[in-house]
Amino acid sequence: MSAAPVLLEMRSITKTFPGVKALADVNLVVREGEIHAICGENGAGKSTLMKVLSGVYPYGDYSGEIRYRGEEARFGDIRASEQAGIVIIHQELALIPGMSITENIFLGNEPRTGLAIDWKTAQRRALELMKLVGLREDPDALVKDIGVGKQQLIEIAKAFAKDVKLLILDEPTAALNESDSQQLLDLLREFKTQGITSIIISHKLNEIEAIADSITILRDGRTIETLDVKADGVNEDRIVRGMVGRDMESRFPDHTPNVGEVFFEVRDWTVRHPIATDRLVCKHANFSVRRGEVVGFAGLMGAGRTELAMSLFGRSYGTWLSGQVFKDGREIKLRTVSEAIEHGLAYVSEDRKAIGLNLLDDIKTSIVAAKPAKIARHGVIDEVAEHRVAEDYRQELRIKTPSVDEGISKLSGGNQQKVVLAKWMFSDPDLLILDEPTRGIDVGAKFEIYGIINRLAEQGKGVVVISSELPELIGLCDRIYTVFEGTITGEVARADADPERLMKQMTTTKKMPV
Amino acid sequence: MSGLQDLKKNLFGGTTSVGRQFGMIFTLVAIILLFEVLTDGLTLTSGNLIAVVSQYSYILILAIGMLMVIVAGHIDLSVGSVAAFVGIVVAKAIQNFDLPWPLGIALGLVVGALIGAWQGFWVAYVGVPAFIVTLAGMLLFRGGNQFIGNADTVPVPEGFRTIGAGYLPEVGPATGYNNLTLLLGLIACLAVAWREWRSRKTRQEMGAEPAPLWISGLRLAVMVGVIIFATLRFAGGRVGTSLPVSGIILIGLVLIYSFYTRNTVSGRRIYAVGGNARAAELSGVKLQRVNFFVMTNMGILAALAGMIFVARSAASGPQDGLSWELDAIAAVFIGGAAVSGGLGTVSGSIVGGLVMALLNNGLQLMGVGVDLVQMIKGLVLLFAVALDVYNKSQGRFSIIDSITRPFRRDEPPAAVPPVESPRQTDKTPAAG
Repeated sequence: MSAAPVLLEMRSITKTFPGVKALADVNLVVREGEIHAICGENGAGKSTLMKVLSGVYPYGDYSGEIRYRGEEARFGDIRASEQAGIVIIHQELALIPGMSITENIFLGNEPRTGLAIDWKTAQRRALELMKLVGLREDPDALVKDIGVGKQQLIEIAKAFAKDVKLLILDEPTAALNESDSQQLLDLLREFKTQGITSIIISHKLNEIEAIADSITILRDGRTIETLDVKADGVNEDRIVRGMVGRDMESRFPDHTPNVGEVFFEVRDWTVRHPIATDRLVCKHANFSVRRGEVVGFAGLMGAGRTELAMSLFGRSYGTWLSGQVFKDGREIKLRTVSEAIEHGLAYVSEDRKAIGLNLLDDIKTSIVAAKPAKIARHGVIDEVAEHRVAEDYRQELRIKTPSVDEGISKLSGGNQQKVVLAKWMFSDPDLLILDEPTRGIDVGAKFEIYGIINRLAEQGKGVVVISSELPELIGLCDRIYTVFEGTITGEVARADADPERLMKQMTTTKKMPV
Repeated sequence: MSGLQDLKKNLFGGTTSVGRQFGMIFTLVAIILLFEVLTDGLTLTSGNLIAVVSQYSYILILAIGMLMVIVAGHIDLSVGSVAAFVGIVVAKAIQNFDLPWPLGIALGLVVGALIGAWQGFWVAYVGVPAFIVTLAGMLLFRGGNQFIGNADTVPVPEGFRTIGAGYLPEVGPATGYNNLTLLLGLIACLAVAWREWRSRKTRQEMGAEPAPLWISGLRLAVMVGVIIFATLRFAGGRVGTSLPVSGIILIGLVLIYSFYTRNTVSGRRIYAVGGNARAAELSGVKLQRVNFFVMTNMGILAALAGMIFVARSAASGPQDGLSWELDAIAAVFIGGAAVSGGLGTVSGSIVGGLVMALLNNGLQLMGVGVDLVQMIKGLVLLFAVALDVYNKSQGRFSIIDSITRPFRRDEPPAAVPPVESPRQTDKTPAAG
C-alpha cells in the first residue's frame, strides 16, 4: 500500500483561533486508494484539520501547505474543494428532512436543461447512485421518513454525485447501530477497490482497527504519529496509547459491586407510539433494579430502550397503556416529570444538546436546573448556595472550566456530559437512568464517566445504563437486559455476559428463559 | 485580557450579557450627549426629561412584558390593541356606571389579565403559535375598541389622570426642588450603595476575589453621580412637576421584574423554556404553565400601559396604541434579547427602549419630521441588531472592542487546547 502514490499531503498546517492554537504544525500524508483514519481525543484538532482541507477555513486563514494530486491547492471555499473531488460528510448530516432522496442528492448540484431542473435525469442518476451505495428506497421518499443509517448513505450518494476522489467521513457511524455501521464499513472497502480514497474520523477504535490502512494520530493540535496498520501491527490499545500519551491499563475503572435489595421494579409496562397508534414501543416490560446495582439495557437502535426510559420518566414519550412502578415495595405514580423527580428518578438523555441541556445557560444554572428549590428560599434563588453547589460538582467530577459562570456551549462534549450528570446527581435521585452516557466522548472522559457511575452505585443508588456499545455494557454492568422491538428478551448476569450471547438476544423475537 | 476589558467587566458585574449591555449604555450616553450638543442643551433640561419619561413610560412598561414573552420564545403583536381596548373599556365603565376611578383601574387590570389568559390559553394549551394568536388579537381588540367606543373618544375623570399625567405633590420646606423627588433620589443612592456592598459580600462568600475597592468605588461614584444629576433635574422642573407618577410606576415594575427574572426559580424557568423547551420539560418545568403565565402577564402590563396612556391624554380614543407593539419589540431586541428566545434582560430592554425614546425625542427637538424619524429609527434597529450579530460571529461582544480592534493585536497563546483530563503527556516526538 505504501507504494501507492501520494494523493494528498498537508504540510505543517497551523491554524489559530482567537486565544487558541487549534493546529500546530500538523502533517498528514494520504496515499491513493487507501482508507486513512484520523484519531484523537475531542479537541485534538481532527475536525479543524478537515475544515482546513475542505476549504471551510479558506486559503490564507491558516499557514502551511496543502498539496493535492501533486500540486499546491489553495481552496477558497467548500465549492472549490468539491470541484477538486474532495467531499466531506459531517457528523451532523446536511440533509433537508422535508425533501425527497433525489432532491437531497442533487441539492445545489441539480442537473439542468437551460434554467429548469431536469428531474428525469436527476431521477435516473439518483437510482444509479443509490444502487452504488446500496440504498434500496423509493427515490421520492422523504428523508425524514427513513432511518439514520440510510440517511448516511444518501450523504455518500450525494458525494458521488459530485464525482468524488477523496471522501472524508467525520464520525460516520456515531449514530448508527452495529449492523448499519457494518454495512457502511463494507461500502468503504468496496470504494477502495474502485480506487476511491477515504479519510475517516472515528472514536470507535475497533472499526478503525478493522478498516483503516493507516492511521494518523493527533493530540493537542499536533501530529503525534502515523501508523501503518498492517506493518506496525496496530491494535486498539496501541491507538489509545497514541491518543492519550500513555498506556491505559484498563478501559474500565476498578469497582467491587456491592449489590443490595431490589428497590425499584417495573411491571407489565406497555407504551404506544405517539403517532403510529397501532405500534407498541414497549410491550409488557418487566424489570427490576437493586440498590447499588448497575443495570444495562442492550439493544439495537430503535429497540425501544430510550422509549421505555422516557415513558417511565414522567410519561415523556408515547402514550402509556399499562404497567406499574414499585419503589421500596410501594407503588408510585410517575405521571409528570416533576413527579418522577420527586420520587427520586433521574434521566440523562442520549442527546444532550437537543434535549439534555439549555446551551444558552451557564454551568451553575444548568447544574441546579432539575431541582432549583434546593438552593432557593421562598422561590428566591440563593446565589451563594448555587455557586457553592456548582463549585463542589466542578471539583468532584473534574469539570474542566475556568469558572462555573462559563457558558455550557464553551465546554467540550465530555465536560458537558459531566454537567448533565452533575445536574441529575444534584436532584438526589435513587435511580439514575443514563441513556448513552458516553456517546461522542473520547476515551479519557469515558473512563472518568465510568468512574462516576461506579461511585453512584457505591453510594447505594441504582443505575440503569442504556448503551449501544456492548463492550461498555459488559465492562460496566452487574446485570444486562436485552431488548428487541419493544420486548425485554432476556437478562444476563455479568459473569455470563459475552457479546455473542447478548447480540443473539438483541436480535431475536423469542423470549429467552430468564 | 486587556485592562480595558477587565475594567469593563468589573464595572458592570460579571455575567455573560455584560458586554452587550455595556455597549447599549455606551450608545445611550452617546445619543444623549450628541443631542445635548445638537439641540443646544435642550435634551437634558428638566422639562424635556420629564416629558420624555411621561411620553415613553408606557412603551417601556410594555417592553418589560415583551421581554419575558420573547425570552420564552414567543412574540406579542397585540399589545397596542389590547392597551386600546382596555383603555376604552375602563373609560366607558367610569363614564356609564359612575365607577370610582380606582375601581376603574382594577377593572382594567382584570380585563387585561383575562385577555392575556385568553391568548395564553391558545398559545400554551392549544399550541397555536403566538405570532398567529396575537395577530388575531391585534385585529380582535382593535375592532373591539372601536366597537365599544363607537370609534369615538371617551374622556376620563381628573383622578384617573394621575397615573398618566400626575406628579408627586409639593410637601415640606421650600427648597426650590420637589422634596419627594429628592427623597426618592436619596433612597436610590442608599440602595445602590447597599447593593454594591452586598455584591462584594456575596462574591466573598462564593470564595471569589471581589473587584478591587477602587473599582467598586468608581462604579458607585458613577452611579450615584447619575442618580444625583437625574434627581436634581427631575426635582428642579417647573413648580408642581416632579418625576412623573408613571415614571415611578415604571421604576417599581423594573425593580420587581428584574428581581423576578434574575433571582427567582419561576423567573428562571422562562429562560429555560426559551433556551430549550424540551430540555426544560425533561427537567420538570411545566411548559404550558410558563407559556400561559408570560402571555397573561403581558396582558396585564398592556392594560396598565393602555390606562397610563389614556390618563395622560385625558381620553380614550380609537387611535390609541397604534404600532406600540413594534416599539416594544424593537426596545427588547435593541436591548440584546435573542430572536429565538432564551436570552435577554429587563434592564437591557429598558436601556434599548430609552435609546429609542431619546433618539425620537432628540430628533423631534431638532424639528426633524415624523417621516424621517421613522426611517432613522428603523435603521437604528437594524444596525443595532446587525452589530450584535456581527460581534457574536467574531466571538466578541462590545462596541468598544470593535472600535479598538484595528489598533490591537492579540497574540494567541501557545497551543494549549482544553485537555479532557489531567494526565501526563509523554514527550515522545512525533514519529512517522
